[in-house]
Amino acid sequence: MDYQLIWVLLIAVAVFAYVTLDGFDLGIGILFPFIKDPVKRGRMMNTVAPIWDGNETWLVLGGGGLYAAFPKAYSLLMTAFYIPVFVMLLALVFRGVAFEFRFKSKNHQKHWDIAFSTGSIIASAMQGAMLGGFIEGIAVENGRFVGGAFDWLSPFSIFCATAVVVGYALLGTGWLIMKMEGDFQGNLRRLAKPAVIWMAANLAVVSLMTTYVNPAYAERWFAMPNLAFLAPIPLITAGLLFWLWRAVSHREKTVFGITLGIFFLCYLGFGITLYPNIVPPMITFRDAAAPQNSLAFMLVGAVILLPVIFAYTAYAYWVFRGKVSDEGYH
Amino acid sequence: MLDAEILARIQFAFTVSFHIIFPSFTIGLASFLFVLEAMWLRTRDDTYLALYKFWLKIFALAFGMGVVSGIVMSYQFGTNWGPFSEFTGGVIGPLMAYEVLSAFFLEAGFLGIMLFGLNRVGPKLHFLATTMVAVGTLFSAFWILSANSWMQTPDGYVIENGRAVVTSWIDAIFNPSFPYRLVHMVLAAYLTTAFVVGAVGALHLLRDRENRAARIMFSMAMWMAAIVAPIQIVAGDMHGLNTLEHQPAKVAAMEGHFETREGAPLILFGLPDMKAEETKYAIEIPKLGSMILTHDWDGKITGLKDFAPEDRPNAPIVFWTFRIMVGIGVLMALLGIASLIARFRHKLYDCKHLHRFALVMGPSGFVAILAGWFTTEVGRQPWVVYGLMRTSEAGSPVTATAIAGSLIAFVVVYSIVFGVGTAYILRAMNHDPRNAHVPTGEFLRAGGRQLAAHNNPQAGE
Ligand code: HDD
Ligand code: HEM
Ligand code: HEM
Repeated sequence: MDYQLIWVLLIAVAVFAYVTLDGFDLGIGILFPFIKDPVKRGRMMNTVAPIWDGNETWLVLGGGGLYAAFPKAYSLLMTAFYIPVFVMLLALVFRGVAFEFRFKSKNHQKHWDIAFSTGSIIASAMQGAMLGGFIEGIAVENGRFVGGAFDWLSPFSIFCATAVVVGYALLGTGWLIMKMEGDFQGNLRRLAKPAVIWMAANLAVVSLMTTYVNPAYAERWFAMPNLAFLAPIPLITAGLLFWLWRAVSHREKTVFGITLGIFFLCYLGFGITLYPNIVPPMITFRDAAAPQNSLAFMLVGAVILLPVIFAYTAYAYWVFRGKVSDEGYH
Repeated sequence: MLDAEILARIQFAFTVSFHIIFPSFTIGLASFLFVLEAMWLRTRDDTYLALYKFWLKIFALAFGMGVVSGIVMSYQFGTNWGPFSEFTGGVIGPLMAYEVLSAFFLEAGFLGIMLFGLNRVGPKLHFLATTMVAVGTLFSAFWILSANSWMQTPDGYVIENGRAVVTSWIDAIFNPSFPYRLVHMVLAAYLTTAFVVGAVGALHLLRDRENRAARIMFSMAMWMAAIVAPIQIVAGDMHGLNTLEHQPAKVAAMEGHFETREGAPLILFGLPDMKAEETKYAIEIPKLGSMILTHDWDGKITGLKDFAPEDRPNAPIVFWTFRIMVGIGVLMALLGIASLIARFRHKLYDCKHLHRFALVMGPSGFVAILAGWFTTEVGRQPWVVYGLMRTSEAGSPVTATAIAGSLIAFVVVYSIVFGVGTAYILRAMNHDPRNAHVPTGEFLRAGGRQLAAHNNPQAGE
């Protein structure tokens, strides 16, 4: 069996699960500056309070899985992204504790609201910046990182950072439209409209810039016959964006669903661009893989445990399904 | 000027020391909540439910801080210890992956139901959620301690192309020090929690000795102290014998022995001096050292001088942290004995001296746990993976400035966030546990809406 391929796909799934799941709860923090009322803010947080910890566990699986399955990639990437990783982690500390602290404090609720929203925004922006730095490539010689501490910072990565923040905000809006009723839902719909346009513009620019960053990426997409096979991805994405624009004003559940679809297609495109590199531009996932028997040993656990995890995670979401009102829930 | 290696070590020690404080408490508290809910379901006595809710709030705070500080840990291996990650990825990586898959998801998946779901799923399923969270914390301890023990006493591997490759997973997971470390640590977590619970019980008994909820917690905690503290001393002794077999240099540092001797004394106190290669001002009991470690009055004990200077751990730190831990262990057992005496004289809830003693001992478990970990980890130096990789070879190629910057950021952020969190925990402990109480009948009739288990923003506190 090709364990290396299986594991690179599994880790890709874990990262995607993280991006979408934590994406929408980070999105809620990103929306805080637009919703001033503390009661509404509390309600927004309550929609994710029972599940955010599970969502963030995918981040641990992504990181831990990379360490276990591709130790060399883990070591190189963490070293290259030293600053954004730590900034992200500290931002997640603030944001994570705010879930409990906000409801415990009588006088400092405002402060924890700020911690929650800035934490969410900074963590999302750092993820975007790392995405940009990743696409641009990492300086490696003889298996050691030889770049500088700020290599990841560039106009392109800054642009990616804003794109991720906007994308997460849109996911968060979609989630809240599903969970809220009445006037507040209307507010959210009005917020979503400009976000959709902004997201569409971001996607177009990031895609074009990506092909610019490295000629090999352009080659992958524009050479024949790839162009014919791959063309549906941007086309369907464009179609989904249009549908999203229409759905935002009157649909309840579809908004979130379509946004997830757009994220999926972007992620797929990103994977196609980079395959088979796990530390672009040179190191493939096969170069970075852990010993064969480590991969096999972990696969046993993953095959048995992942379905169980899916089952009880789905159960937890089901328990807390439906609209959220002010009282009770928390 | 501090170099990158020492800064990275300080940073790791700082973040992991903060992290371990929360798991030590949540491992014990999750099991305690399991017991409380089981008692409530069996007896339907509302005092147990009140106690459950009282401790659940505290659990939620501690758990949240444990999670966020833990996520930092799992990334720190790569950021600061890249070469270490490459070398051990094939061994420790899978163990941590199993921890995520079998423990972290389980805890996180059921935590939401445990905190917010009582009224939605009903008592039986809610009890299942509590159970799963408690089991999850124990799974977590299993895997992470296996990983840490492998670094102490590596087994079941070969070195290929400059990295460790496992030849037997059974040997690697159940490496020689793992069973001892697992037992010792889980007992430590239970004891730590018991002493916190006992102190809170004592606090409320000092205010009102008729407080039934306080009586229940105090009594439960004192049983733990009386039974588990002595067991821990025995477990610690066995752990030490295991360490003597596999890491003799660490034991020499713990005991403050520089000379190799037959019939070595037990040094109670003293100042180990690495340069002079002797323990100054030593207060000793003749021959007892050999007796404890070899179970023979004239047994031979290897001293630090038998190891090359570059292979010796820092004796002063190890010597003192070890004594702090053992001293606290003895005090814990004493409190347990005192409580037994009071109990058989029917004075358990009346003896103010006992309550004051228990109150003072409240935080002692945390101190002992940190001291124990410092003994273990500093005693392992200069190796990261004992005998295989030196700490000096394990660091990432990051500049000292970057590490210093992140270290300062950690100190600032952790002090604020965990300082405030601890204050909230203390405030919650200060509340009368009886007020967390809601009569069952009312609770069921109301369909349980605003009576949710936990920090309802409207109901306040
Ligand atoms: C799975 C691995 C693992 C686990 C469970 C722990 N450690 Fe550790 N520890 C390390 C892996 C490690 C390490 C990566 O191997 C370090 C970093 C540098 C070094 O030498 O070892 C280390 C160093 C290190 C140091 C610095 C020692 C020195 O530089 O002299 C301290 C004080 C601690 N640790 C404390 C702890 C505490 C309080 C723990 C309780 C959670 C703990 N360690 C668990
Ligand atoms: C230095 C090594 C360690 C690393 C890398 C580490 C990593 C982590 C991570 C990533 C989490 C958060 C998981 C989540 O999202 O739920 C966590 C939480 C936890 N860790 Fe650690 N950990 C370490 C040491 C330990 C030790 C020594 C123990 C106990 C024996 C422990 C027990 C726990 C428990 C029980 C939790 C659940 C959260 C809590 O109870 O606070 N960890 N750890
Ligand atoms: C009084 C009797 C005790 C003895 C003889 C004892 C012995 C030991 C020894 C020898 C070690 C080092 C093992 C190694 O590095 O290989 C150790 C570590 C440790 N001890 Fe103790 N201990 C005692 C009490 C306690 C108490 C009361 C606690 C906490 C409540 C505690 C918590 C720890 C912890 C957390 C570690 C580090 C993890 C480990 O290696 O197990 N110990 N102990």
